[in-house]
Amino acid sequence: MTNIQKNCPIVQLTDKDCTQRAPDIPGAVSANNISNDKKTYIIEIDHVSKWFGDKQVLDDVSLFVKKGEFVTILGPSGCGKTTLLRLIAGFNQVSEGIIRMDGQDITQIPPHKRPMNTVFQRYALFPHLNVYENIAFGLKLKKVDEEEIDKQVRSVLKLVGLTDYEERNVDSLSGGQQQRVAIARAIVNKPQVLLLDEPLAALDLKMRKDMQLELKQMHKDLGITFIYVTHDQEEALTLSDTIVVMNKGKVQQIGKPTDIYNEPINPFVADFIGDSNILNGIMKEDRKVQFMYHEFDCVDEGFKKDEHVDVVIRPEDIYIMQRNQSAMLNGVVSTCIFKGVHYEMVVITDNGYELIIQDYNAFEAGEEVSLIIKPSDIHVMHKERYTNTLVGTMEDENHVTILDETFECLPQEGLESGDEVNVEIKFDNIELMDDIEDGYAAGIVSFILYKGNHYHLTVTTDSGEDIYVNTNDVWDDGDMVGIKINPEHLKISKRV
Amino acid sequence: MKKILANAYLYLLLVILYAPIAIIVIFSFTNSKTIGDWKGFSLDLYASLLTGGAQHASAISTALLNTIIIALIAASLSTILGSVAAVGIFNIKNRKVRQAIQFTNNIPMINPDIITGISLFLLFVSLGISGGFVTVILAHIAFCTPYVVLSVMPRLNRMNPNIYEAALDLGATPFQAFRKVIIPEIKPGMISGFILAFTLSIDDFAVTLFTKGSNGLETLSTYIYADARKGGLTPELRCLASIIFLTVLILLIVINRRSRKNETKTTY
Amino acid sequence: MKLSNLITKRSNWVIPYVLFLILFTVLPLLLIGVYAFKSNDGGFTLQNFVKFATQSEALNTFIYSIGIALITTVLCILIGYPAAYILSNAELNRNKTLVMLFILPMWINVLMRSLATVALFDFMHLELGEGALIFGLVYDFLPFMIYPIYNTIQKIDKSYIEAAQDLGANKLQIFTKVIWPLSIPGIVSGILMVFLPTISTFAISEILTLNNKRLFGSIIQDNIMMSDTMNYGAALSLIMLIIIALTSVISNKEDDNINEGGLI
Repeated sequence: MTNIQKNCPIVQLTDKDCTQRAPDIPGAVSANNISNDKKTYIIEIDHVSKWFGDKQVLDDVSLFVKKGEFVTILGPSGCGKTTLLRLIAGFNQVSEGIIRMDGQDITQIPPHKRPMNTVFQRYALFPHLNVYENIAFGLKLKKVDEEEIDKQVRSVLKLVGLTDYEERNVDSLSGGQQQRVAIARAIVNKPQVLLLDEPLAALDLKMRKDMQLELKQMHKDLGITFIYVTHDQEEALTLSDTIVVMNKGKVQQIGKPTDIYNEPINPFVADFIGDSNILNGIMKEDRKVQFMYHEFDCVDEGFKKDEHVDVVIRPEDIYIMQRNQSAMLNGVVSTCIFKGVHYEMVVITDNGYELIIQDYNAFEAGEEVSLIIKPSDIHVMHKERYTNTLVGTMEDENHVTILDETFECLPQEGLESGDEVNVEIKFDNIELMDDIEDGYAAGIVSFILYKGNHYHLTVTTDSGEDIYVNTNDVWDDGDMVGIKINPEHLKISKRV
Repeated sequence: MKKILANAYLYLLLVILYAPIAIIVIFSFTNSKTIGDWKGFSLDLYASLLTGGAQHASAISTALLNTIIIALIAASLSTILGSVAAVGIFNIKNRKVRQAIQFTNNIPMINPDIITGISLFLLFVSLGISGGFVTVILAHIAFCTPYVVLSVMPRLNRMNPNIYEAALDLGATPFQAFRKVIIPEIKPGMISGFILAFTLSIDDFAVTLFTKGSNGLETLSTYIYADARKGGLTPELRCLASIIFLTVLILLIVINRRSRKNETKTTY
Repeated sequence: MKLSNLITKRSNWVIPYVLFLILFTVLPLLLIGVYAFKSNDGGFTLQNFVKFATQSEALNTFIYSIGIALITTVLCILIGYPAAYILSNAELNRNKTLVMLFILPMWINVLMRSLATVALFDFMHLELGEGALIFGLVYDFLPFMIYPIYNTIQKIDKSYIEAAQDLGANKLQIFTKVIWPLSIPGIVSGILMVFLPTISTFAISEILTLNNKRLFGSIIQDNIMMSDTMNYGAALSLIMLIIIALTSVISNKEDDNINEGGLI
């Protein structure tokens, strides 16, 4: 049984959406354009899926990388980003789909024959070789003559700032130095594509910042394609020409850093990249959206009338001022924290919403304030779904099996046991229980979104399906929960 | 193809490794003086071993009893001494001192048995202690304890260093904290250490030979040695060897199971 | 300091064991040195070593023992390395029980295994002697070579292999440039675990050659057990101890060089 997500045009239309909004974004190109510009792509990942056993880690991923681009694959741990990189490098084989390089199918080519090199997460420097020998490893295998090897090794050592480190044992180097050797070892082979698997994850913050700048400079100097994997959104925003946001094995959005930040395509991207206020809204007409019981002017068009939408407002885009009767929103500051450059305040609006606001001016807790949001700072997104839609089987007229568990439902007429049915459950109608015994099915809270006045949770059930729940209770990521649905809340219809 | 060749090689080696053992086990089930001379299936040798009917059999059962008693005492004492020592070593802050103790702890493991045996023999000679039960047990503790220390140390290393302090913080006396917090943590290591020590003690030959003195104390291995030196192997020993193979096999499976269980525990 | 304070400080718990180690490990080893330089009337002498150097029987046995130990060690590497490699290679073998079956004989008494070898030779109507001795020693010590090599190869970080692949190494090159050099520490400890016990073995040779070929261990044993040759036996033990120490030190150095890198 799978959770049908018929109402999620956003994820599926990722590529097309980007093209419409910003046709010049590298990488974010609709499938239709590929044939026209085939030459410009160095790496093409064409509808690739990957299973480990019966666990799917990549689900129909497509990605096109231009020559010379700095592409970052960004996502939380377990989203499949490292697997994607390993497929490109050739350490794992795709289950479905094709990977091309310069238009040639390389899906079956073993890693040692692919003209790309990898910088590994924990460097993987050979412990039995010194710095020089590590860097020369690839060239020696290619039987390059000694003099040439010597010249090239010294030149990359200079490039990474490790001149005179030739004879050092790799284990006597600091993390940052090992990192440089790992990069030198890869780029000395003059790969067309450099793959980097969270290369800075093991470094401390300051070192990471320095290395980020150096990597960026190196990319500029070398002029080769970088494909970079990270879970650090700030790193991705700093380094990349193009960011690929992934979650649960699927590409969520592809775009330039500014576009990803300013125009997130769904609540996941909005929440993952930067801080944000994400609220439920209704699109009244073009350029008019209602949320927090107010109608706001905005700049978004092309939605259906009265379409339910998600609204994103970045904390720095809300103007906060002393109470002013003419303002559209009033509230009271509940907390105020100094964050180094700006203040971060939580304001409770008079109509009960909680908003995060960043401003250079501080308003103390308890102060009465007014808020203004400019139309261009309101970002409206299609909702991925309006309700849970599950596929189930009737057991008898009072019971239906969904999520591998049997739930009681109201008597169903015209349905017989064994019938396949669609079951709809509203987000508000699912109760989560502390005690797994109490619920009818068990799951783990896998994603939490705060919607200003309630939480929108994604719960991954034991059957592997996701259900979505609105709640006022506070849960943490990873909490085990029982799932309870009252009989009257199961809306059952026969599948056709 | 490569895989078939590789596996053929492994299985060939295994056949050669286990053939001699198999021959001993097979010929323990026939009543014949020499190996290779099959006189039909019989349990006579086992019966004579157990009842002490044959002339050698009572000597064998005495040797067996000695072996087990020595192994039990030596393993128990090594486990206590080694576990306490491991906790001590773990808490030594001075790196040099700690390394020195660990180095000394390694000596009995690196030394060939004959050197351990001879050195202890010289010790008892110069102290004027004549060999016997006590000297053998002391000698066994000497070479078993290092293994106990090594089984317990990894458990301590894996232990959250704050839990002992947490127990003290919650009002436990040091002794209570040790009993209620540390012991449960290192118990699996202690048990593995005990089994290891027990197996090593049963298995030992050279150290026992040099420390058993001349009062007629025999363990299984020294008995076998004496027997083999006289030329020819007492037929009952085949049964005993078979039983020992089986015991060792079971003990090893137990240890293996335990360590595998511990591994899965820590991955969670 | 009060007794309770002594106990409270947990690092003090090592004291009983340290005393035990001094009495039963360190002191006995020192005693070998003391007796080796003692004449039968109790004075200092080098006579015991002179006797070793001049008396051809002991010297010949000594050289013969080292020869046998070397042959055994080399044979164990030649036979054991491929086995360990296959066992640790996931592509060739996934069966952990096989590994266990190879290690199991380590735990069976050496005497028992030697007797089993005798049984095998009897069964096949082969004559005991030098051939049986070498076969028996290889048979006895092969698991001790396979196990450390297996362990070392097993622990090689898979990312080294991937890095080599990434840099253009084919399967053969991965072996010669990465796996082989990284498995050397395993071979070194294998050598320690095979060579040292083999030069010091005595019972095995007596059983497998019907006492025709004697190894150095037997000479030591013969001498040390007699009160009038005990000092000479101690001197012979000291010589063996020095060889052991030298082998350990050399191999430890080798080990350290590689292990330091292996920590990362």
